[in-house]
Amino acid sequence: MNAQPSTPPDPAAPYVRLQAVSKKFGEFAAVDTVSLDIRRGEIFCLLGGSGSGKTTLLRMLAGFERPSAGSIYIDGEDMSTVPPYDRPINMMFQSYALFPHMNVEKNVSFGLEQERLGRSEISRRVAEILEIVQMSPYAGRKPHQLSGGQRQRVALARALAKRPKLLLLDEPLAALDRKLRERTQFELRNIQERLGVTFIVVTHDQEEAMTLSTRMGVMDRGQIVQVGTPAEIYESPVNRFVADFIGSVNLLEGRVAALGADDLTIRCDAAGCTIRVGRRVECAPGDTVWAAIRPEKIALASEGSPDEARAENRVRGKVREVAYMGDVSICLVEIDSGKTFRVTLPNRSGIAAQRNLRHATVTLSWEPESPVILTR
Amino acid sequence: MRRRGLFSRTALVLGLVFLYVPILSMIVYSFNNSRLVTVWDAAHSPTLKWYGVLLSDGEVLDAAWLSLRVAVCAATASTILGTLAGTALARFGAFRGRSLLVGMTTAPIVMPEVISGLSLLLLFVALEQAIGWPQGMGALTITLAHISFCMAYVTVVVQSRLAGFDESLEEAAQDLGARPAKVFWRITLPLILPAVLAGWLLAFTLSWDDLVISQFVAGPGSSTLPMVIFSKVRLGVSPDVNALATLMVSVVASGVVVAAVWMRHRQKRRERDAQLAAAANL
Amino acid sequence: MPRWFSARRLVAGIPALWLTVFFLVPFLIVLKISFSEARLAIPPYAPFLTWLHGLPVPGIHLSGYAYLFTDPLYLRSYLYSVMVAAVSTLMCLLIGYPMAYAIARSSETWRNFLLMLIVLPFWTSFLLRVYAWIGLLQNDGLINEVLLRLGLIHHPIILLQTDFSLYVGIVYSYLPFMILPLYANLEKHDTALLEAAEDLGARPITAFLRVTLPQSVPGIAAGSLLVFIPVVGEYVIPTLLGRTDQIMIGRMLSDEFFDNRDWPVASGVAILILLALVVPIVLLQRVERRNLETAK
Repeated sequence: MNAQPSTPPDPAAPYVRLQAVSKKFGEFAAVDTVSLDIRRGEIFCLLGGSGSGKTTLLRMLAGFERPSAGSIYIDGEDMSTVPPYDRPINMMFQSYALFPHMNVEKNVSFGLEQERLGRSEISRRVAEILEIVQMSPYAGRKPHQLSGGQRQRVALARALAKRPKLLLLDEPLAALDRKLRERTQFELRNIQERLGVTFIVVTHDQEEAMTLSTRMGVMDRGQIVQVGTPAEIYESPVNRFVADFIGSVNLLEGRVAALGADDLTIRCDAAGCTIRVGRRVECAPGDTVWAAIRPEKIALASEGSPDEARAENRVRGKVREVAYMGDVSICLVEIDSGKTFRVTLPNRSGIAAQRNLRHATVTLSWEPESPVILTR
Repeated sequence: MRRRGLFSRTALVLGLVFLYVPILSMIVYSFNNSRLVTVWDAAHSPTLKWYGVLLSDGEVLDAAWLSLRVAVCAATASTILGTLAGTALARFGAFRGRSLLVGMTTAPIVMPEVISGLSLLLLFVALEQAIGWPQGMGALTITLAHISFCMAYVTVVVQSRLAGFDESLEEAAQDLGARPAKVFWRITLPLILPAVLAGWLLAFTLSWDDLVISQFVAGPGSSTLPMVIFSKVRLGVSPDVNALATLMVSVVASGVVVAAVWMRHRQKRRERDAQLAAAANL
Repeated sequence: MPRWFSARRLVAGIPALWLTVFFLVPFLIVLKISFSEARLAIPPYAPFLTWLHGLPVPGIHLSGYAYLFTDPLYLRSYLYSVMVAAVSTLMCLLIGYPMAYAIARSSETWRNFLLMLIVLPFWTSFLLRVYAWIGLLQNDGLINEVLLRLGLIHHPIILLQTDFSLYVGIVYSYLPFMILPLYANLEKHDTALLEAAEDLGARPITAFLRVTLPQSVPGIAAGSLLVFIPVVGEYVIPTLLGRTDQIMIGRMLSDEFFDNRDWPVASGVAILILLALVVPIVLLQRVERRNLETAK
């Protein structure tokens, strides 16, 4: 374990730094030249689909895979030659990996025993961490005597028992059912704040990433595509992949018709509409760009005057499908060109109002600041 | 569908009958007072006469004792060596000499015993000429020979167990600060122990049972139990051998039954625990 | 890191060293002795190196091999052994496949019990089980007795020391070696595939031939090699149950060694058997490695 630095650590300095890290399996690059800084005390989520390289990246941080290229620094120290058992990191495995032949207490104390602490000190710390995860009454049970949620807590306790500065979590909520997931999400945040541990979470579930993280990174095919807070990623995706990956989005391809100092007009022939955005975007007239409009930012109104279809930020169509989700309804609206818009409507007036929408002709509109203009 | 099932099930039953009739016939005739297999001496049977003959035969008892000592030593040594080899092959990935180790641990399993026996004897003779050890053939050479072919079997058992073993458990232990040796000792070994024990039993049985290799490497003074049996049965049926067979089958059968019962008990308890855990609310 | 590395060396190195000394080196010695000359001495062969004018000269005598290649007895025994091994392998396959199939298709509880039944004879003495057949097959043995009593025959049939008894003994002893790999393979088959085939209109036989059989080839390969290779050099079964007029090569080796005290020729026989088995042994390792990988 590292000695504490003599100067107080700069809270904004990266605690974990990955520099141009790659991992190749033969010709295939699972992780491709990733550079990333993670700050002390944050919950950082690596979000990506399967095959995006997020798990490989996590395993390289833990020490179970050696990078083919690049370096990993933790708290300023180069981890290239450091095996997993010497790193100041602990990991919570997706399958929990609880030792089946040991009870809860022994599982949790295992890591502490490797540090050669005294018996009483170990007992004290085990009791403390079990209290935090609310598993104290189950200390004598074996893993097969616990439910899935209980096992998860034990895995968390075991990983936290050594008070690591950095905790890696591999799909921590994947095996839990929905209600449990929500509850555990908040509990994880509480524990993290209480203990001051830096979390790096790997997940494919964007809801999980949005709820848990203070900052997140979206991965695709071994590369980090965008890093930012959940709001930044959702509201300001840098490309179509991120826009489409997080939440739902309507992507409209068009050409830049007019470029002003603080506005932009795009002509979308495919959608048969004109989009005007009230801010500056780096592009040139004639460029192909994409407008990303979130479903909840589209207003839906019953058929208005035919001229409205030609005005900007507006389009006319027919409601093809309405999916009632309870709190919201998702409308699929087909416009003349054949393209389908996805619109999310809050169910303020209940299901009856939504039922009337089916097959109705409607006008969709949005505010000029709603679309995000993407050049790639 | 049902017809196909019938065919294979019939084959299974017939096959099992085929497997067990010889064993059962041996057991039955060990209680026959007459030497002849065909004549059931109803007047004086069933009898324990042959068991008495068997257990008072000094040659048999000495041979059994030698076989036992050799088997225990050989099984223990092969288990240790086989576990090491199995671990290396299952966990170390590619290393220099891996193919050679793979070859040396799979070939002995299929190698005809006359070849193994011959080669080991020639080795011992050459060693004796070169460095004066081992001095003469006997229990030591038999044990060394048995270890050499038994460890291959243990390697296969351990290696296949480790291949199916959840590596994330070992990774978790490493992540918590344990060095590889510690991980093996406290996590891996306890969990593969049933397989290791099965390997020990397998090695014991193979050593206890071995005839051909022992014939080559045993000296004039030592005879293992199979060697004594072989010389008896070359002359034909011998009821005291039937008695021996019955004793051995009984030991093995009771061992297997005990093991099966114990495993079922553990299985039932696990299922009950899992049900209780699922029923309990979080 | 260095500490960890040398522990690794030990773990792989100790068994490797043992096997090199007690498995590899002996073969080299067998090879060497196969080239030497038989002597009436202890040990009964000429020393490898003779000194000629102060220089070591390896004494290579091919007389042993010449004898082996020219004596028709050896060639016949060799071919006979390979044939016996091939036929027994086929018989084990034909008997063992349905049995393995039945076990793989049975329910969980039955499965363990049946496997136990198959393996149980294996744990009792091989020698004793072969011996049991003597009692059954001899002229005044159980089988003849039953047939006589039933009136199916009037004189005892000679069953012992024939090809028949040889095959019975071999199949009996080696059946578990065929069943277990077959079962291990069949157990992994997804029954949904068969159901899909039948749903698409295939009759059970077709489904078996087109879906199950091709998938079970690795199991068939492993089981067949596990039977074939050792049977070629079998000694005990041919000696107790086999013919006296045509003996198998394993017995020839043993006789040459113990009865004729001709170590060089015996070594030559061993080398020739090995040469024949090299290809099957390498094949087996390939099959096993692939099976192990798919098991992960």
